[in-house]
Amino acid sequence: MPPRSEGPEEVPISADDDVVRVRQLVRTYAQQTKLSLVDQTKLVTAASELARNTLIYGGGGFARVEEVSDGRRAGVRASFHDEGPGIPDLTLALADGWSSGSGLGLGLSGARRLVDQFDLDTEVGRGTVVTVVKWKR
Amino acid sequence: MERVPILKIGGVLLVSIQIDLQDQSVLALQEDLAEKISATGAHGVVIDISAVEIVDSFIGRMFATIASISRLFDADTVVVGMRPAVAITLVELGLTLGGVRTALDLERGMKILGQLGRQRRGVLAHPGEFARDA
Repeated sequence: MPPRSEGPEEVPISADDDVVRVRQLVRTYAQQTKLSLVDQTKLVTAASELARNTLIYGGGGFARVEEVSDGRRAGVRASFHDEGPGIPDLTLALADGWSSGSGLGLGLSGARRLVDQFDLDTEVGRGTVVTVVKWKR
Repeated sequence: MERVPILKIGGVLLVSIQIDLQDQSVLALQEDLAEKISATGAHGVVIDISAVEIVDSFIGRMFATIASISRLFDADTVVVGMRPAVAITLVELGLTLGGVRTALDLERGMKILGQLGRQRRGVLAHPGEFARDA
């Protein structure tokens, strides 16, 4: 495991193997924050879905990962940034089984179910930022 | 890109995934397996995922795709060794892997393939006995 880091860390997402790097970074933070094994797995899986979205639909971008606290508990926040086309219909994009690409349509909706907080900020023509948080129980 | 090796044991192809899978490796594995089943006439494929820490929708879909491809070559697929945390996450993600046969571990997976293989040979040798055996 890399040495414990204080501030947020960023990884570019511009190729297939960057998705693997994002998963590894998120796992490092999840372990550092002592999330349970199931919660680590859920967060890393969500990050994998979202990083792939950033790559495929957003045309690439970056992920930022950091440890956060709400005063009572610690957690891990991961955000995924792209400057792609944005998402015109959010309701549709968050529906199970809907996909604009060749996927299963579980990426966004599935990732949302795996985390405690899920925020989606998108603007057509400007890009998308998806932010997720998993809190330590 | 790393490639996942495919081992042949008798009539079974064994795939043990020991790397952090990137999407290209997943696609390559599907192609390599199709080639190998076709070339060897294997009757079964075991995919061991006991070392796999996460299965997302892309990797999950690979299991279903491999099962469908191998069926076209008259071979059965069993996914073995799924970690509990992975199983819980998959269900919550919404991926139930219906249609993909699973077993707790490699030993049980091989046993299932052996039974399926025998059933199949039984059907060929004595058509009509299948219903009673099954």
